[in-house]
Amino acid sequence: MNTLLSPYRILDLSDEKGQFCGKMLSDLGAEVIKVEKPGGDPSRNIGPFFRNEVDPEKSLHWFAFNTNKKSITLNLDLHEGRKLFKDLVKTADIVIETFDPGYLAGIKLSYEDLEKINKKIILVSITPFGQTGPYKYYKAPEIVAWAMGAHAYQVGEPERPPLKMSHHSQSYLHASGQAAVAVMLALHHKNNTGEGQHIDVSIQESVLHSTDQQETTGRWDAIRQLRHRGMAWPRTGLKTTSRWTCKDGYVIFVFWFGLSAHYTTPLIELMKEQNECDDFLANFDFSKFDWADATQEIWDKLAEPTQKFFLKRTRAELYQYALTRRIQLFPIQNPSDYIDDEQLESRNFWVKLNHPELGESITYPGPFYKSNETAARINRRAPLIGEHNRHIYHDELGITLEDMQKLHIKSVI
Amino acid sequence: MVQKILEGVKIADFTWALVGPITTNMLSIFGAEVIKIEGRARPDSRRIAAPFKDNIPGLNRSCNFNTYNLGKKSIALNLANKKGIEIAKRIVKWADVVVENFAGTAMERMGLSYAVLKEIKTDIIMLSSSPTGQTGKYPSVRAIGSHLTALSGLQDTAGWPDMEPTGLDSYTDFISPYFNATTILAALDYKRRTGKGQYLDLSQYEDCIHFMAPLVLDFTANHRITSRMGNRSSDAVPHNAYRCLGDDRWCVIAVFNEKEWNLFCNIIDKPWLKSCDRFATFILRKNNEDELDKIIESWTILHSPEDIMTLLQNNGIAAGVVESAEDILDKDPQIAYRGFFTPLDHPEVGLYRAPRSAYILSKIDPVMERAPLIGEHNEYVLKEILALSDEEIGELIVEGIVE
Repeated sequence: MNTLLSPYRILDLSDEKGQFCGKMLSDLGAEVIKVEKPGGDPSRNIGPFFRNEVDPEKSLHWFAFNTNKKSITLNLDLHEGRKLFKDLVKTADIVIETFDPGYLAGIKLSYEDLEKINKKIILVSITPFGQTGPYKYYKAPEIVAWAMGAHAYQVGEPERPPLKMSHHSQSYLHASGQAAVAVMLALHHKNNTGEGQHIDVSIQESVLHSTDQQETTGRWDAIRQLRHRGMAWPRTGLKTTSRWTCKDGYVIFVFWFGLSAHYTTPLIELMKEQNECDDFLANFDFSKFDWADATQEIWDKLAEPTQKFFLKRTRAELYQYALTRRIQLFPIQNPSDYIDDEQLESRNFWVKLNHPELGESITYPGPFYKSNETAARINRRAPLIGEHNRHIYHDELGITLEDMQKLHIKSVI
Repeated sequence: MVQKILEGVKIADFTWALVGPITTNMLSIFGAEVIKIEGRARPDSRRIAAPFKDNIPGLNRSCNFNTYNLGKKSIALNLANKKGIEIAKRIVKWADVVVENFAGTAMERMGLSYAVLKEIKTDIIMLSSSPTGQTGKYPSVRAIGSHLTALSGLQDTAGWPDMEPTGLDSYTDFISPYFNATTILAALDYKRRTGKGQYLDLSQYEDCIHFMAPLVLDFTANHRITSRMGNRSSDAVPHNAYRCLGDDRWCVIAVFNEKEWNLFCNIIDKPWLKSCDRFATFILRKNNEDELDKIIESWTILHSPEDIMTLLQNNGIAAGVVESAEDILDKDPQIAYRGFFTPLDHPEVGLYRAPRSAYILSKIDPVMERAPLIGEHNEYVLKEILALSDEEIGELIVEGIVE
């Protein structure tokens, strides 16, 4: 099948802050060439690693966000390296970069410089706070980006510090997602007008957009109220929960009332069938009850048998009930739980990619959309360092193998 | 010179709640003409979601709705009625793109499936974003963001190691829109090249697993299941949020290497830490992190988070204010400098501040216009777009088709 973005070529200079942008566009069919410094991009040192072997060719973080891409090595700090890069810009549509603001201008590769070589070029810069403003040179590892984008403030427990999410950066993925939309807008503009442009993505602003602005800025703007950590929903003042302990973990379940009672009643029916429903719960009319009339006593009476029912069953058992009986209940899963999820499997979501160097195939999250006319594709593992040097420099730019060797000795490639 | 990037792109918007409206908001603020098809009997769930301006409920007063529906036009249509569906189909005939985010297969039940709409307009692009996709064994699962954070594993990675996972509200609702908007714009490009429309089926469950990708691979390649780490990092120590001077005020600090560590000890005026056996190496600092955090907090508690951030960042150490909405809207000089919020005048709520995109394009600005009142553009849509006569419109109103 055809791909959506087959005509386009992207030069990807980005580190972990921007690699998911190129990955999304590559899934849609764009040709993405990762331009790495000789020796490999430093983001290859981010864990976890294949079999815990710390090695720039075994970073699972790198594998995850660079599928399909090609890799060439190039030293942009050297004049000859910049010359080669400019040759590549002539035939490219998009350049993605995550250097500190001003770095590219310092080596004469700013948008203005690139525009002179190719007036249609689109340059995407993804930086912690954007290209302008008083914080533009501030550092923003995940914990800082997440905090300054107003997400940490509302995540966590009331008695403990504000919280980031564990492991890899969420902030950078949000910025990369925003950047992918921006690239598509700029491509649309280019195809209408023939001109490219410079896109300035702020990671802080991206994190801000990843919060519910009803609860953050909207709440403050409209009624001068802040949302604090642990302000649970529904906000009744009662001690309630949507997160329940079951036999092997947690499930999310909310009692619905009134017009939405049909999300709850199948559970009560099930509990009745299993003889685990007391009289109060069995006779409770969810469709007539108004949550505004709830008291702690009513909640506790609803919760007690329900909690007992959950504690006797695993997440998988409860979710299976939920799917077949249309109860709105969901397990808190981790990847080991959903790797054989029936729904994902029946949509052929997972993709196996061969890693010949590792002597193994690894299962990856698959294409993010399905269509009757085009297909997303994830068909090649992330590239090795400089894997496509010969293909790009020799086959395409016509540099002889001898001259490539010279460039290698001079640390250009 | 084109004034709006998406000038002339016409979108029939059946979306509600968050994922769909945020998707079309990304397009409307760059000039797409978005007709929001909603109803008074069953309004967009966010029109009836608190908080409301001045705490007064009203279909036009929800700050959430007014944030995520900028520049859209609203027609209030009774889609429970066959005639309402017919009007909706005529809007589809006018449109280039149809977007919806109901539970899987709901559009089919309403008689508005892709197969039907394609008959009306052969090159239509239709995007559906549903909890689990339109195909497979369980296509019609009804779920909201807080369910998908649980399913996708995102919630399991948020929290303290000694506690249950923390709540993330509807976090996933802010992830799926990237996939949706990118795919719609790519499909428009494909149509420009080939003349062909298509149906785009996205599953929010699948979108969000992409935001878990390194942890997925850690399981599929290493069979490892990772657990919650609170604010800890394997790459930096200290690495936490610390209480500062003031009421519920916090800063975050991250120190990555020996050079930064030595500098940090001097800056916080505790040079003795450097020669302390318990903190002599990265590994020792990790082993004694609780104790170290207490020592650092004995310093941060004396200062404002702004002062700490400025002091550390000026010395090249990563630090930041844990910003509240008040900080973002009224104090952060970076957000103000970049003009992230635009005050918009709304007939019912007065001035409110709306966020632009998370990016600035050098050649063209977003179009910042307020969200529509419900049914505000009934007449425009029926008269200007569908060219109905006054009599026909009158009938639709009398029959309660247009609300």
